[in-house]
Amino acid sequence: MTELCDLPGHELGRRFRSGEASALDAVESCLRRIEAVDGRVKAFLERTDDAARRAARAVDERFGRGEDLPPAAGIPLALKDVLATKGIPTTCGSKILRTYVPPYDCTPWARLREDGAILLGKTNCDEFAMGSSTENSAYFPTRNPWNPDTVPGGSSGGSAAAVAAGEAVWALGTDTGGSVRQPGALCGVVALKPTYGLISRYGLIAFASSLDHVGTFTRDVRDCAALLSVIAGKDPLDATSLSTERRDYTADLDGGLDGLRIGVVRDWLGEGVEPGVKAAVESSIDRLASLGAHIGEASLPHTDYALSAYYLIAPAECSSNLARYDGVRYGHRTADATDVVEMNMRTRGEGFGDEVKRRIILGTYSLSAGYYDAYYGQAQKVRTLVIRDFAQAYERFDLLLGPTSPTTAFRLGEKAEDPLAMYLSDIFTIPSDLAGNPAISVPCGLDEKGLPVGLQLMGRHLDEATVLRAAHAFEQDLGFSARPPLLEEASA
Amino acid sequence: MTEVEAVIGLECHVELSTRTKMFCGCPNEFGGDPNTRVCPVCLGHPGSLPVPNRQAIEYTMKIALALGSEIARSSLFHRKNYFYPDMPKNYQISQYDLPIGTGGHLDIDVGGETRRIRMNRVHLEEDTGKTIHAGTTGRIAEADYALEDYNRAGVPLVEVVSEPDVRSPEEARAYLVELRALLEALDVSDVRMEEGSLRCDANVSVRTVGAEELGTKVEVKNMNSIRSVERAVRYEVERQREALDRGQALVQETRHWDEGRGVTSPLRSKEYAFDYRYFPEPDLPPVEPDEEWIEKLRAELPELPAERRRRFVEEYGLEPAMARLVGGAGSWADFFEEAVRLGADPRPAANWMTGDLAALLREHDVDLRSSKVTPAHVAEITALVSDGTISTTGAKQALAAVFADGRGVREVVEDEGLAQISDTSALGAIVEQVVADNPGPVEQFRGGKEGVIGFLVGQVMKASKGAANPQEAQRLLRERLTADPQAG
Repeated sequence: MTELCDLPGHELGRRFRSGEASALDAVESCLRRIEAVDGRVKAFLERTDDAARRAARAVDERFGRGEDLPPAAGIPLALKDVLATKGIPTTCGSKILRTYVPPYDCTPWARLREDGAILLGKTNCDEFAMGSSTENSAYFPTRNPWNPDTVPGGSSGGSAAAVAAGEAVWALGTDTGGSVRQPGALCGVVALKPTYGLISRYGLIAFASSLDHVGTFTRDVRDCAALLSVIAGKDPLDATSLSTERRDYTADLDGGLDGLRIGVVRDWLGEGVEPGVKAAVESSIDRLASLGAHIGEASLPHTDYALSAYYLIAPAECSSNLARYDGVRYGHRTADATDVVEMNMRTRGEGFGDEVKRRIILGTYSLSAGYYDAYYGQAQKVRTLVIRDFAQAYERFDLLLGPTSPTTAFRLGEKAEDPLAMYLSDIFTIPSDLAGNPAISVPCGLDEKGLPVGLQLMGRHLDEATVLRAAHAFEQDLGFSARPPLLEEASA
Repeated sequence: MTEVEAVIGLECHVELSTRTKMFCGCPNEFGGDPNTRVCPVCLGHPGSLPVPNRQAIEYTMKIALALGSEIARSSLFHRKNYFYPDMPKNYQISQYDLPIGTGGHLDIDVGGETRRIRMNRVHLEEDTGKTIHAGTTGRIAEADYALEDYNRAGVPLVEVVSEPDVRSPEEARAYLVELRALLEALDVSDVRMEEGSLRCDANVSVRTVGAEELGTKVEVKNMNSIRSVERAVRYEVERQREALDRGQALVQETRHWDEGRGVTSPLRSKEYAFDYRYFPEPDLPPVEPDEEWIEKLRAELPELPAERRRRFVEEYGLEPAMARLVGGAGSWADFFEEAVRLGADPRPAANWMTGDLAALLREHDVDLRSSKVTPAHVAEITALVSDGTISTTGAKQALAAVFADGRGVREVVEDEGLAQISDTSALGAIVEQVVADNPGPVEQFRGGKEGVIGFLVGQVMKASKGAANPQEAQRLLRERLTADPQAG
């Protein structure tokens, strides 16, 4: 039986307005689902049940008075725990921020709250968003609702799993190297990483500033467009946010695929890609062609080096961004150091996990005098080449296509001890983070293990509209309706 | 003794007097209870982001334009990474290889000669907070604990770096006096060294006269007045000269100036092991001023101190040396011109300001701007002296009284009876009395000892408590003593 918590937001919104359901009903439905499954999924680090109920009643009162509320009103959502929430603990999945309660809200949540969206809690993630499986959380790993022995992907694994399991209707995550799209693919939900600068980073606790993007998790593309419409647009608090007007991205969804030129990145369907992923993507290409798209082959020659460039640029910025966690002003402070240097060192030694330390050390090294040109400087040049690759490809194509991830969900622990294997999980998502162009992952089928496969569509800078239109047409035609087996148990 | 010359470069940090801090909306004001002028941004809270202050960028460009620097069409902020508890993010947003201003120069006057000091760069950065080391001895190494005040964290700070063109402690002083005057004229900073809104480090080395290569550079820090920069540089040049004379090698290091003991001592020599790992600040786009913006700022530049001094010479007939004294700092020049506008005779006004008034300010350690003496006071004093209402002596007394309580000059003259007695009948009676009381000197004068007249005038002044017009007193005395030799 489908419950309220399993519906897309636009359907909930319709029911709120017709009086078939209330925001409180939707919240209670999500809370019941959380009670039922989160012991196994472990998507949430912090729950805000009472505040959610209060907020839902307030929205219902306004609906009751006949107010014309925005589409986000009453939609229960979850936020990745790297997004600052005023008065609500925000830990980044790290012990060093276990006690941290931000004095302000991140801009995306501030806008959603303003529109009446309802916060259910903060979701688990790899520590400081560094990882691809959510196993690097300092608290506990999150499980994939499709198979609790597998990972949900990462780093936004908690948000992806929550939406997949019906624990939340919408969720926000962050994508620095694929951390929204890859868990979106592994959990079978729609995941968008928009153009760099379209969504404010104010309140996104930085991992790698030039690569960090806020991204969305939803049940379908229409919800994705609706959620994007709330949070996109210029923010005076983020100097890198683009001068874009807020607009309604749901308005152009139904334009269809006719005449769109889609370039298949053929190199991304070769070695290292699981057969199940390859098969699902190939059949998606046929479907898109049958829907009227012109399919061609695109080449992004420098993306072979994108992973290496990413693993120099991201750690370099991380080494600087994470320097502020020193025990002086907030967060963890070691118990009994005798001077400030010892206090700093022990605080950081105790507070950070292995992957974070690994990247701080890597980044510190690549920025060091004498190595800067060879590492960080060279990586920035590669980044320029990747950007140029995309620009050239978009001269011939409106969209580029490939798998989101080379694999479906892998087993917990399978790659945890092999950082390089884990890093390869993001090989197809990293290029769009380096280039800053929009990219979406939509479910395109299941592999032989019954695990979802994500299809990645990438668009031109600030051309979210075309990406969403194509994804919507594809999704409507495919009619992906499989549900995680866990939900059948929960509903049973 | 080796013939050596000093090679000095000065790095000045100027806190801008913008309304708000560099990257957030907190008020930019000196002082305040600790940690009351802070927000998530200037405290470096997770997720907060910097937004550049347009006024600070404009002030920096104005400084650069006034120094004749080239304004970069694309300038970048960089992160300077190092751990220090007074720096909330453990990196400072600063500028590195693409500063807002490059090159330029500042002309200084030393001993009547003009020297051109080339500029290296003008860049914009954020200030740090302040660490207070608490403990029984007050020494950092022995402190029991440290407290942090982040009110100053994020205040916009401009770094003005000269080329190593300064050759003596006197030139270092002249450079700072001129730079301070320039900043004052631009109205971009409070330029108070004692409050830290203007800070200066000196890079000092010595080399054999005529040598091309630079000697080992020593950075001297912790000078809190222009005078202490001059003293510290003098000490450091001598120290290095003596070391070379003894055949000792100098170490590249940072040295701390001890104002009380008048010496420099090594500090943080480990600093040279620091690697700041500069990289472009990803949270900030480049600063890309267009031609229009630059030209608008250029057009807004006020008259700069050097031009103003030239005008004082031409327009008011001041001696160049006097013009330098008056025009040395914006507040003095403004004061002077205001006094002239209110009717003061320019040259006497300049003399009063740089003489008696300057002495009073020095003696009481008061700044011109905070003193009770106004340009109107000076205008009145010069007017009353020139129309003979008060004598120079009376004027000195009047100025001292005005300095003490800010009363009007005429009020002081009346209250204290400082008006000159030029009235012949009033003065005549005093002259009669003096002649009667001093038969000896009167006799000497009549005997041809001309000089005695000075003594007698003095007696008239004394008897009138300084109020007599001395010229008039002398005239009456001569008249009295030559016209009627028998009357005494």
